[in-house]
Amino acid sequence: MNYRDGFRRMEAAGHFRRRLADHGRQLAREGRVVRLMEVCGSHTMAIARYAIRDFLPAGIRLVSGPGCPVCVTDPGYLDAAIELADRGVIVSTFGDMVRVPGSRSTLAQARAEGGRVEVCYSPMSALELARNHPASEVVFLAVGFETTVAPVIAMLDAAVSQGIGNLSLLTAFKRIPPALAALISDPGIRIDGLLCPAHVSAIIGADAYLPFAETHGVACVVAGFEPLDILLGLDGLLQQYLSGKARVDNQYARVVKPGGNRQALALMDRYLLPGDASWRGLGTIPASALNLRPEFSRFDAGNRHGLILQPGRLNPGCLCGEILKGKLAPEECPLFGGACHPDRPLGPCMVSSEGNCAAAFRYGGKVGMASGVCA
Amino acid sequence: MCLAVPMQLVAVEENGMGVVEQDGIRFGVGLMLVESPAIGDYLLVHAGYAIEKLDTAEADARLALFRSLAEIARQETGAEVTLVAPPRPPGKDP
Ligand code: SF4
Repeated sequence: MNYRDGFRRMEAAGHFRRRLADHGRQLAREGRVVRLMEVCGSHTMAIARYAIRDFLPAGIRLVSGPGCPVCVTDPGYLDAAIELADRGVIVSTFGDMVRVPGSRSTLAQARAEGGRVEVCYSPMSALELARNHPASEVVFLAVGFETTVAPVIAMLDAAVSQGIGNLSLLTAFKRIPPALAALISDPGIRIDGLLCPAHVSAIIGADAYLPFAETHGVACVVAGFEPLDILLGLDGLLQQYLSGKARVDNQYARVVKPGGNRQALALMDRYLLPGDASWRGLGTIPASALNLRPEFSRFDAGNRHGLILQPGRLNPGCLCGEILKGKLAPEECPLFGGACHPDRPLGPCMVSSEGNCAAAFRYGGKVGMASGVCA
Repeated sequence: MCLAVPMQLVAVEENGMGVVEQDGIRFGVGLMLVESPAIGDYLLVHAGYAIEKLDTAEADARLALFRSLAEIARQETGAEVTLVAPPRPPGKDP
């Protein structure tokens, strides 16, 4: 059995096209416009890739949110990582981080100047590096949302039990629910419904969104990343919105449980504590970080290498912050496609494979449209 | 960063590792984050670790729903419904 093609075989999409058109007509009759946000960068990419916006009638606006971990990371974090590479530490990182601009430079530049920057697909590689280079210090750039936090902490747990002493994490872990809470309570941003992330939810569980539906009246659907999953999710959000009854629908129950992955959450809890974090565009959000507990501070690269993390400098022309809040579309950035291009990105949203600007550039669609698009 | 495609577990090794297969390609994954993984399970893999198991009964039910929606659409329109564009090829690959 193949659990991929069936979710992409799109004969069923005709059904959703008609449903969405019906919802669009009802919205037009009532003179309403609905703003739905897809939170997760992988959704943003899938929506662009499968041209899902072509399904949306006028009146249904789909805006992209802050769900690209690289994009929301402060440039000061990159500055610290670059400093480590300059000092001769082996820096192990996911590929996306290498070209993200810090205040002055990038990890790619640090590497060109002789720094040791190793790109990996899995944090397991950092453990191997540490094991194979016992005389060197290895730092893993621990950036990501809950989905990524779990694997990184599984790796750290292995390092602890194997007594690996030359490995540490430069953490910039972020939690999705506090960011959503910040967005929803921002009076400058209207969000009627949330297309909740698939794999973040696999870790934290569908119940994590209950406060948004119950307290804020925002429709929530947890949806998978396949095109039919996304269409079903959008249909579900519209049904909730039009009926005036917000709740949390879990349309990805084949993976997501109400309480999430308890084994992963327990492991994360053993090593990590929530703390405040600064998000590009969103500012400081309480309890939105996950930091190493004090008893594990020897694995904290900041501590271990005496780094003082300072807020970095953004390229002043880059509008990533507004785009991550769904206030602007990438095409509305004057630098989009010109001065800022995937070959010479000025901001993280153009670098990351999940970035809103990169998605808009690659697929030429209107991604994160603040002003909506109709088919 | 997320791979949406579930992969089947074909071997469980010591140290919490296992081997998954998709389209004939096999690779190693960490199994520490899922409860009692068993050969034959479909796993969602992220950054080299299985992060959750696929509930195949749920997945089959959903596939059946999509099949029946496709069938209804076919009957209503009397013809094959337009296929949604296959993944758009990245125009300008970075
Ligand atoms: S196009 Fe480039 S400069 Fe403009 S917001 Fe996006 S990443 Fe920033």
